[in-house]
Amino acid sequence: MHPARSVILFTTLSGLGFGLLIWLGFGLPAVTGWVAFVFFVLAYLLAVGGLIASAFHLGHPERGLKAFTQWRTSWLSREGWASVTTLIVMAIYGAGLVFLDSRWSLLGWLGSTLSLGTVLTTSMIYTQLRSVPRWHSRLTPALFLVLSLAGGALLAGQTRWAVPLLIFAGIIQIAHWIRGDAALARSGTTMTSATGLRGGAVRAFEPPHTGPNYLLREMVYVVGRKHAARLRVIALLLMVAVPVICLILPFSHLLAALAVLSHLAGVMVSRWLFFAEAEHVVGLYYGQR
Amino acid sequence: MTQLPTETDRKMGLVIDLDTCVGCHACVISCKGWNTENYGAPLSDQSPYGADPSGTFLNRVHSYEVQPEDGLAQLVHFPKSCLHCEDAPCVTVCPTGASYKRVEDGIVLVNESDCIGCGLCAWACPYGARELDAAEGVMKKCTLCVDRIYNNNLPEEDRVPACVRTCPAGARHFGDLGDPDSDVSRLVDARGGFDLMPEQGTKPVNKYLPPRPKDRLEQAGAAPLAPVTEEPGGFLGWLDRALDRLPGGRH
Ligand code: SF4
Ligand code: SF4
Repeated sequence: MHPARSVILFTTLSGLGFGLLIWLGFGLPAVTGWVAFVFFVLAYLLAVGGLIASAFHLGHPERGLKAFTQWRTSWLSREGWASVTTLIVMAIYGAGLVFLDSRWSLLGWLGSTLSLGTVLTTSMIYTQLRSVPRWHSRLTPALFLVLSLAGGALLAGQTRWAVPLLIFAGIIQIAHWIRGDAALARSGTTMTSATGLRGGAVRAFEPPHTGPNYLLREMVYVVGRKHAARLRVIALLLMVAVPVICLILPFSHLLAALAVLSHLAGVMVSRWLFFAEAEHVVGLYYGQR
Repeated sequence: MTQLPTETDRKMGLVIDLDTCVGCHACVISCKGWNTENYGAPLSDQSPYGADPSGTFLNRVHSYEVQPEDGLAQLVHFPKSCLHCEDAPCVTVCPTGASYKRVEDGIVLVNESDCIGCGLCAWACPYGARELDAAEGVMKKCTLCVDRIYNNNLPEEDRVPACVRTCPAGARHFGDLGDPDSDVSRLVDARGGFDLMPEQGTKPVNKYLPPRPKDRLEQAGAAPLAPVTEEPGGFLGWLDRALDRLPGGRH
């Protein structure tokens, strides 16, 4: 799949933003007043910034409101509802913390649950697609959720939680890669099932047109896959190893900032791979994967 | 509404004969011609006469080579457009309700004025039957020529999809695949019609008919003729020898 910059930015930033909101909702850290204000502004910048980035890949962003109508079947529509509800609930909760110095914990818990739900709906947009076997797995929501929790803990300064969560995220990430590498073969979709042609090996002889097309650009993106192994190592180092080492060393603001920035960069590399490595079965019609 | 109907009154669709298709791409052209000036936004081209031409098509013809273990390779031309699936994953993922499946005839359509161009339906379709138009930013797909098949302003023989009307080889058939007695259903039965990617669970309405077994060279009767001579004789032989004698010739 084509790793569109807008979608990588969106899933990375809003994943982190909603991750921070999860922890803030639970009162970890139990901040009020100005400090709470700074935390909430950061979380909203990330979450809303990500949502705005995602609007850039729409053909008609001005019709965006229509996307709230089909929540009965569409995970994308559910994501819209979940994110807006979360942002409203957390805004009320945050206002209590910032302006009234009071923590309405029930509302906070509700907001945390909704934040988790938002990340879940984002991951389900990809997970539901049977046409992309690498994504069609329970490990996809697991990966999105644990990364969001770990990144949120990191931003919220919850070192005690962040270290084990980061390590756990690394394990799920590796599992997602290992399962993903065999997913297309295991899906049972092959050139033979795609064409239904029996009686011999099927080879793509001529594509429909001499030039590329939307399908190839969007779904048969193979550029850079040859760097996948190296990028996986880089992603793990930046996303997990560097932040964990920074957190284990004696605390300093510089190290904490390094941990966050490194994690952010690592998640972006991981997201790039998430798209670039994902094989859409339509590639089989073009003799590619 | 992106909830799929549990049952449609009819299941209108295409039957494509891979034995008969000659790969002329006439259906591709007639599809583009009809659909660029009728239902919805035109099918745009980007730099059609430039170095890197590209454009929106609702129907594309692939060609495959099937290589049996023994015997000669066989070329199969393979037209592909929306299969109007019963369990259409492209419909349920749509956040806006722009994509829908009609109860009356099972046709899967996009209401372009509701489409936000998110592209998710194109991701969900395993067949590559949907293309986001680069100029209009809305999703385009085969409508089964919904503006022809019920169009009383057209002569009756034209009330079929443009691709079916055009195909010079008669490789494309249109009808109700939900009716077991229709011509298309009987054709599918008789020729062993099959689904594309059945394991994807989309339950396509369109069916494909397999290529018939071909004659084998050794069964064809005539053996290759034995060569009469290795050396050219007569005038050509003289010319050959004469040229060899010229400077620079073979000695
Ligand atoms: S072929 Fe693709 S676009 Fe057409 S109904 Fe099936 S899934 Fe949808
Ligand atoms: S591109 Fe249009 S039709 Fe397709 S899912 Fe998005 S809104 Fe629906």
